[in-house]
Amino acid sequence: MAQMATADRLTGLRARPGLLERIDVPRRVMFVAAASMIAIVALLMGFIAWQGIQLFVKDGVSVGQILSTTWQPDPENGATNYGLLPFITATVLVTAVALLISTPLSVGLALFLSEVAPQWARAIVQPALEIFVGIPSVVWGWLGITTLVPFLAHTFHDPISLSLPIVGQVFSMPGFFFGYSWLAGSLVLSIMVLPTITSVSYDAFRAVPQELRTGSLALGTTRWQMIRHLLLPAALSGVLTAVVLGMTRAAGEALAVQMVIGNAPIMPEAITQPLTTLTSQITLDMGNTTFGSPWQDALWTMSLVLLIISVTSVVLVRVINKRRLGA
Amino acid sequence: MNTGDEMPTTVAYPEPVLRPIEVTTSQAGADEFAARTQDVKISTDRVSILYGEKVAVRDVSLTIQERSIMALIGPSGSGKSTFLRCFNRMNDLIPGASVKGEVCLDGENVMETDVSVVELRRRVGMVFQRPNPFPMSIFENVAYGPRRRGQNDRRKLDELVETSLKRAALWDEVKDDLRRKSGLALSGGQQQRLCIARAIAIKPEIILMDEPASALDPIATARIEDLILDLKKEFTIVIVTHNMQQAARISDQTAFFYIGELVEFGATRKIFTNPSQKRTEDYVSGRFG
Repeated sequence: MAQMATADRLTGLRARPGLLERIDVPRRVMFVAAASMIAIVALLMGFIAWQGIQLFVKDGVSVGQILSTTWQPDPENGATNYGLLPFITATVLVTAVALLISTPLSVGLALFLSEVAPQWARAIVQPALEIFVGIPSVVWGWLGITTLVPFLAHTFHDPISLSLPIVGQVFSMPGFFFGYSWLAGSLVLSIMVLPTITSVSYDAFRAVPQELRTGSLALGTTRWQMIRHLLLPAALSGVLTAVVLGMTRAAGEALAVQMVIGNAPIMPEAITQPLTTLTSQITLDMGNTTFGSPWQDALWTMSLVLLIISVTSVVLVRVINKRRLGA
Repeated sequence: MNTGDEMPTTVAYPEPVLRPIEVTTSQAGADEFAARTQDVKISTDRVSILYGEKVAVRDVSLTIQERSIMALIGPSGSGKSTFLRCFNRMNDLIPGASVKGEVCLDGENVMETDVSVVELRRRVGMVFQRPNPFPMSIFENVAYGPRRRGQNDRRKLDELVETSLKRAALWDEVKDDLRRKSGLALSGGQQQRLCIARAIAIKPEIILMDEPASALDPIATARIEDLILDLKKEFTIVIVTHNMQQAARISDQTAFFYIGELVEFGATRKIFTNPSQKRTEDYVSGRFG
């Protein structure tokens, strides 16, 4: 009997697998989903790239011209000139100042949460950060218009404030009549990227093994020495990743920036000037253009520049992380 | 000098007694041992350690001689590692842990609130169960402690790193790429010797070792044991081990812990051959644990 059972089982194993087993439906479903995701992204990038080069191919604008500083896209106002340099420069500068303000705050907050904060504080701040991320950008823009812009326009303009060291110098710069400015844009952005940088660097700090912390403290170092000389270097690539992600978010933000930046297509000279970034100019102009016009093609070219910026950032994050794994 | 064989060597709860030094010198060769270990380096008086309400260590009193090896043995959960961490106050880092009683280092109670924990840990180094090299070069690993004490002189650091690595029997294996190779790129046994070198580099008086060989293979373990025996010439060593052969091989004194209590402590030979407590005998003869 026992032998019979063994024989049966062997026959069973050798039997042809059933139809469902051979097709392996879940695997196919997942494959199709993944493949279409990749296809959508590839098509999107291809489409933007194609549209982005039309300005050069179809409209015969030279590549040199988009690096000029004059933005005159409307043929009704005379000869056109599609200089994108003011937008590119403004995007870089507004993002840079936003990161300069936000990075120390965010990394400090992440360090506080990961190394200092008691459990209950962590339990409050972490969900707060998540809510923070979920606040729509129009709300930030609205807050900027109603509180930040008037504040910048009306406060610190008295003679006493203007005689103060840094504050006085900033507020006596040209262009600060209405408060709509590079500074306003950077301040709004710095608040918007704060949760991103904080949570990604927080994860980087938590990823450093606890044993290293105790190892350092057991050598008679203070907690600050441990943070400064062990934790920060160990988490550096993670923190850089956080900053790059924050940079991508800041460079790509359109609405909130457009609401506070003043939208003047000029080359940046002072932090108090109204400017326009790539994103804010696209949102501003897209309603005014006709399909296929050189003006619209120029907007596509601006989208392409943005796409290049974000792809570069993603590649940058990859390189940083690969180096971390290699070490 | 009393040979000590007749003397009771138990410290049984609930009457904690500070043992006289003579207790530990019970064997042939006692004279040499006694000559070397005249001074009490560490003594604890009724140390209890609690995690919240839970008592992890209860009323432990013992003494450790200078330049000797004290092994703390006992089954898992007997509180030996917890007890070890009170010597450099690493229990301070565990939320909810509290320590009662006195831990004296050269007669000074380190549990006092005005004791600088940073200074204490510079005198009492520690090596952990799992090797924990820092993610930096071998050189920087060893120089980490001295640098944090303000030692930035390049030549002095070079010298210190070299002597520490030699002391930890690692120099010959790593001297060619001290600055290029990461501490993480070493083998487990090498990593543990690196951690010992790192602890030596801050010139401590005492080195605490929390099962330093339990994550290593037998050959690496043998090297670490040789190293520990060698380090005894300079340092007072307290080692936690769950490996009784290891305790028997390297330690001068052994303390047996059971469920948070110190059952007895004394000369290692005595604990392993002629313990005065039934529980000790059962444990060292492998009847439980």
